[in-house]
Amino acid sequence: MGKIVYEKSKGLTDVPLHYCPGCLHGVIHKLVAETLVELNVLDRAIGVAPVGCAVFAYKYFNCDMHEAAHGRAPAVATGIKRAVPDSVVFTYQGDGDLASIGTGDIVHVAHRGEKITTIFVNNAIYGMTGGQMAPTTLPGQKTTTSPYGRDPAHCGFPYRVSEMLATIPSTAFIARVAVYDIAHLTKAKAAIKKAFQMQIEGKGFSLVEVLSTCPTNWGLTPVESLKWLKENMEPYYPLGIYKDVSSNEGGN
Amino acid sequence: MGKKILMKGNEAVAEAAIRAGCKYFFGYPITPQNEIPEYMSRELPKRGGVYLQAEAEFAAANMLYGAAGSGVRVMTSSSSPGISLMAEGISYMIGAQLPCVIVNMVRGGPGLGNIAPAQSDYMQAVKGMCHGDVHLIVLAPSSVQEAVDLMYDAFDMADLYRNPVLLLGDGMIGQMMEPVEFKESTNKNLPPKTWATTGTRNSPDGKRRIINSLSIEPEDLENLNIEIQKKYKTIVEKEIRYEEYKMSKDLDIIFASYGTTSRIVKYVIKKLEEEGIKAGLIRPITLWPFPEKIFENWAENSKAKFFLTVEMSAGQMIEDVKLSINGKKPVYFYGRTGGMVPEPKEIIDYAKSLLKK
Amino acid sequence: MHEEIIMAGFGGQGVMLLGKFISEAAMEEGKEVSWLPSYGPEMRGGTANCHVIVSDEPIASPIITESSILIAMNRPSLEKFEKTLKKDGILFMNSSIIDIEPSRKDIRVYKVPLNEIANRLGSQKIINMIMAGALIAVTKIVSLETMKNVFEENLTGSKAKFIDLNIKSMDEGINYIKNNYNI
Repeated sequence: MGKIVYEKSKGLTDVPLHYCPGCLHGVIHKLVAETLVELNVLDRAIGVAPVGCAVFAYKYFNCDMHEAAHGRAPAVATGIKRAVPDSVVFTYQGDGDLASIGTGDIVHVAHRGEKITTIFVNNAIYGMTGGQMAPTTLPGQKTTTSPYGRDPAHCGFPYRVSEMLATIPSTAFIARVAVYDIAHLTKAKAAIKKAFQMQIEGKGFSLVEVLSTCPTNWGLTPVESLKWLKENMEPYYPLGIYKDVSSNEGGN
Repeated sequence: MGKKILMKGNEAVAEAAIRAGCKYFFGYPITPQNEIPEYMSRELPKRGGVYLQAEAEFAAANMLYGAAGSGVRVMTSSSSPGISLMAEGISYMIGAQLPCVIVNMVRGGPGLGNIAPAQSDYMQAVKGMCHGDVHLIVLAPSSVQEAVDLMYDAFDMADLYRNPVLLLGDGMIGQMMEPVEFKESTNKNLPPKTWATTGTRNSPDGKRRIINSLSIEPEDLENLNIEIQKKYKTIVEKEIRYEEYKMSKDLDIIFASYGTTSRIVKYVIKKLEEEGIKAGLIRPITLWPFPEKIFENWAENSKAKFFLTVEMSAGQMIEDVKLSINGKKPVYFYGRTGGMVPEPKEIIDYAKSLLKK
Repeated sequence: MHEEIIMAGFGGQGVMLLGKFISEAAMEEGKEVSWLPSYGPEMRGGTANCHVIVSDEPIASPIITESSILIAMNRPSLEKFEKTLKKDGILFMNSSIIDIEPSRKDIRVYKVPLNEIANRLGSQKIINMIMAGALIAVTKIVSLETMKNVFEENLTGSKAKFIDLNIKSMDEGINYIKNNYNI
């Protein structure tokens, strides 16, 4: 008899993921799914999928799911949480969805201290639509709509979602994490778990920003992408816990 | 039925919604409907519900999407510009087949327009609300009492057909006070919401639920559309409502009008009668589905020289009247726009000038 | 009975509430009623008006184009709405602050110095109820008893102490008409 050394999380369905080779969405999905199972809340979880690469997330998370309009996941999640207060509600959003068209939604869901958890996947580009400039695209970064590199004098600087949301009083937990090696994966998992715990304890709004890659639209191999993230994104988007109302130390 | 009380249209609509079992309200302030969210914010917390002010109308529509998807009776209200902002969310709710009730107390447009009563959102309500092959069930009350009665039906219809229902009033219906009586909830035998997302632990079969309007495969999306259109066919067969006022075979004029304007037309008809001119009114109560047959029947079976459509718009419902009559009688139009309310004398003069033609 | 009443004045003179109370009283007496306000920015500071219809028959249009009664609490209201009065219509005007004569000769006119009477009563907030008294004295549109009921139903809790003042104000309006006009 062989011994089971690895099992797919029960928090995920058997539907094959559609993500590109080397994309980190699969890893991030796994962390969220494992967390829901470990916290024993999968059967009261209701997730909200975005518009963007994760648009099909409703097929993958093995719990009740809504598919929202572009940017509106926080509003949809608000409706769900208010209607079913003892549910565990999360949104899973990319940077175009959350930080561009959905800026108002995320700011207000945070301001209301809505008891939901947002997983914010930031890869500095629009993936699904083919590599256009995102609000999080770095200065000088080339995309299909910033072909000469993002020029802040022309279209502004990328903004830092976690830092901004951490200033809002009714947020309970805000962290930025990465998943490019085991050490960071472990930290990311802990942050996601903490975020859901804060929701379950009714502490307020929680968000975990996960720095991610887009080998396809960055035009790099998966390994090169991880290096690029570390060398370019991480300096602009520093990792860390920006808000944690459960710790006396508070923010970073 | 309870005691008669004098109530503003907006407040009466809100009270009716609560009595009809509405427990959730998401909305954003805009004149001339503010008494609805104000009433809800006062009453819902006392009566086991939740009122939440959204940061914008588009957010409100999407809060509806979430709450409706989780199986509760939910509504919003707004006025013209706000409804335009809700359009996207409404399309998603139609695609995901979610029940909800939306109230539009229409004001003058286009753009910011003004806050006076208007009927210039007819086309938006019945034809062009949002993208896709969509319909909302559109109910048009002409009095505060009728607005109250229709609210109960709106929630039942929404649940029965899993489609948004729009109560199309105007600033006047919202602002005026009339005596109203509230009936208790109709308590119709509606199908249980087994499709709602309440967590798998609450699901009757233990399986997970998905609320979604995305069908990436054309074949799947066409099948969804076929299902929705089949539902719409049933609605057309079962839900058409209208009022016939002083209709008979030997009329000179048949008026077509809805909502507030129809009340002015009724006054016009009495005045014309005093002058020996016989006129009647067909007043659609459901604007969608539109009472086509009744218009067609009267076009075929009446001696009336023409139909005269009266609206507080530049001429919107007249298109449905013409389609229904299909060339069998001439159809004329009289309307005022921008929040101007047509005066009886103007209508009478125009009607008489047409008779001389 | 079918009365179409336009009530108009400055914001703060209480014409909306006057309309509401008359409508409510008429409703309690089994009449059909409608109350239609002007709304929007003009509600504060500018002129406010409401259309009140009281009838034995169901009310067709809540909008009044020809009024049978006009209550003008200030000069702009008289100037704006005098022309809407029917022949033999009734005008009630606040003679304390309206310094012009009505231009119409084919109407009945009742001038009531609301502000002076209110001064005597020690409150300017009840000029609307003095006018209610005048209206009732001339037209008998609703009974005094029903109006008292309406006060009791509307003025509850901390407002209950104003019931007596409202009744007294209404009585003053009635007395003024009785003492100055043949009715």
